[in-house]
Amino acid sequence: MKNPIAGGAGSAARVEVALPHSGAVRRRAFERLLENERLLAFALLTPTVVLLGAFIAYPFVMGVWFSLSDISVGQPAHFVGLKNFVKAWNDSIFRTAFWNTTVYTFWATIFKLALGMWLAIILNRHFRGKRLVRASMLLPFIIPTVLSTFAWRWMFDPTFSVLNWTLYKMGVIVTKLPFLSNGDWALWCAIAVNTWRGMPFFAITLLAGLQTINTDLHEAASLDGANGWKRFWHVTWPLLKPVTVVVVVFSIIQTFSDFQLIYVLTGGGPANSTHLLATYAYQIGVATGLLGEGAAISLFMLPVLFLVVWAQLRYLRKLEGA
Amino acid sequence: MDAQGMNRRHFLKVSGTAAAVLTTGIEGIVAARRAPAWAQGTKLHIVRWVDFIPEADVELKRQAPEASKALGAEITFEFINANDLQPRITAAIQSGSGADIIQMLWNWPQLYANSLVDISDVAEPIGKAQGGYYDVFSSTAKVGGKWLAVPHGTGGNAVAYRRSWFNEIGVKEFPKTWDEYREVGKKLKAKGKPIGQALGHSFGDPPTFAYPFLWDFGGAEVDATGKKVAINSKGTIESVKFLQAFWKDACDEGGLAWDDTNNNRAFHAGEISATLNGASIYIVAKRQKDKIKDEKGEPLWQDIEHAALMPKGPAGQFALYAAFQHAVMKYSKNQKLAKEFLKWLHQDANYGKWFEVNEGYSVGATKKWEDHPMWAKVDKPLQVFRQAARLTRAFGHPGPATAKATEAYTKYIIVDMYAKAVQGMKAEDAVKWAEGELKKIYEG
Repeated sequence: MKNPIAGGAGSAARVEVALPHSGAVRRRAFERLLENERLLAFALLTPTVVLLGAFIAYPFVMGVWFSLSDISVGQPAHFVGLKNFVKAWNDSIFRTAFWNTTVYTFWATIFKLALGMWLAIILNRHFRGKRLVRASMLLPFIIPTVLSTFAWRWMFDPTFSVLNWTLYKMGVIVTKLPFLSNGDWALWCAIAVNTWRGMPFFAITLLAGLQTINTDLHEAASLDGANGWKRFWHVTWPLLKPVTVVVVVFSIIQTFSDFQLIYVLTGGGPANSTHLLATYAYQIGVATGLLGEGAAISLFMLPVLFLVVWAQLRYLRKLEGA
Repeated sequence: MDAQGMNRRHFLKVSGTAAAVLTTGIEGIVAARRAPAWAQGTKLHIVRWVDFIPEADVELKRQAPEASKALGAEITFEFINANDLQPRITAAIQSGSGADIIQMLWNWPQLYANSLVDISDVAEPIGKAQGGYYDVFSSTAKVGGKWLAVPHGTGGNAVAYRRSWFNEIGVKEFPKTWDEYREVGKKLKAKGKPIGQALGHSFGDPPTFAYPFLWDFGGAEVDATGKKVAINSKGTIESVKFLQAFWKDACDEGGLAWDDTNNNRAFHAGEISATLNGASIYIVAKRQKDKIKDEKGEPLWQDIEHAALMPKGPAGQFALYAAFQHAVMKYSKNQKLAKEFLKWLHQDANYGKWFEVNEGYSVGATKKWEDHPMWAKVDKPLQVFRQAARLTRAFGHPGPATAKATEAYTKYIIVDMYAKAVQGMKAEDAVKWAEGELKKIYEG
């Protein structure tokens, strides 16, 4: 049998002999292919690249093109340069939304960090029911945002707020608090809900960071006479800083581009006083149908988020260098 | 049936039905006594709002199998939150896929004109056969002389108020002017029973209040040409100043965060004494009389009265009611079936059942329905809706109800002008803000 692979058309016995040999050859060829690092890298990266291209790059490029065009629902697009960006910049509602987004992100991140850190430190101690507390702490993070925000909306309801009812029954207030019917109150309510929802992410990540810190360091500091605050500031914080930076950056990105919470809680009202860039872009682009203008408004988020990511990468590189 | 099983008689039957449908539409279907030969498994998808009268949606769902049988295709209704209709329309048009028929509120056909099928061949005969459409539909559903949506109804509004509470402060009939209403509201608010008015970002109640209120005082967003912004006028400023005082003196200030459902709930809970709304407050209170009761434990509906219009302002008394239409989308592959369905939906027998369930919440788009026997049966407070559709104006009044007027509405500019003012902005500044925003739309 000179060529067993080519003998497929022969008798059954010859095929039985030929198949294992053919498989072994193919396997060896496949192994050789795998050993080729370039090919292997290509094969492993392709699915990710395709997914990123289809669901991130393509929409992003389309978004950039829309923002440079006058496209509106059902109408063809014509290139208009930076007109949409200029129009947005001169739009008082856009400026309000931009300011709101900054305030919302800044304060929500501060609160989430402070409360998340506090919670993480508490949960890092041993106490009865620790596991139950840790599990229940994750509830705000697990419940879908839309659902939990609806619950908050009911709690802040101008007519039926359980918070107002409780405060009234306790004799703390005599008239209803304008949780969502006053622009300033509504924005702070949104910040409170965002803090409630995002705090577990901070707490659980910081808790993981805390658990990597060697307890000997704290003991040594205690022996040297450091009190609780000094131990936190000089031992815990420096070691926790890299994790904290990553968490804060992720949070800033998520909070700055938040949509669901405001959409459900206030719809951007009253009188646009709680609009964020994402909700305003949605109102203009999707509800009103001015897709070009909506895309331009949402793209204003890009430079801010780019700066945040750049700062994070720079910091992490610096840490790696150190 | 396979080709071999097709005999001459059967072939003639099927082709005769198809020919009847092609030439005579729904009449042909009825004449042929057989569903038309649509491709097997053809589905027709209709998106509408979640009705404030739940039974109206139940009735349409009940009719769907009947329509499926009559048309030989699967008819499915999908009901979504009214505030989500516009985003759904935008997504459907841009992706070129989605529901075959979408409900259009207000003058939305103007905004989506390029993406809607000309259905004059459906709308014209229905209008002619049913005594003609109300004038408002020429502004809302007709673009460039073509019907881009078939008018389906109008959601009239009236001021629902508590008769006994008004009587308690010596008011026997609803105030005729805004000044009188303010005085009444002041007394009611002092008793913890304020007037309720939504002034948030929502599709219905905020604009149906804000626009007529503006017109009552002689204000308007544009002039009669519809091209020049005219909001910054003495009338508008007066209206804003009046609302600032009215809000403080007479209204539940939580209304700034209300959507279209809040005032219904607040009224049913006895939290407010009066509110501008459709007939749903009364109808739902009556249909759920065992649940919705007044402070004495009596069914609340017995104490509800309706004033047909909001009070009169210095320039008159106006109304803005939601126009409802159905449009066939251009991307739909079932345009012919969609048209046949709309014809079926508007047949007297089918439409009549839906109309009766509504009890005046949605009234007909054509004048014929003013004479329907239902009106002899409905309660007196609901009679105010009988001719409601005759009174309504459209966005952009006194100019045409153009796509730009829809844009101004969708951005809540008129609503927010008032909302800003009642939150403390100076009346002149609020009007100036609205002027700037409107100029970007109309003159930009």
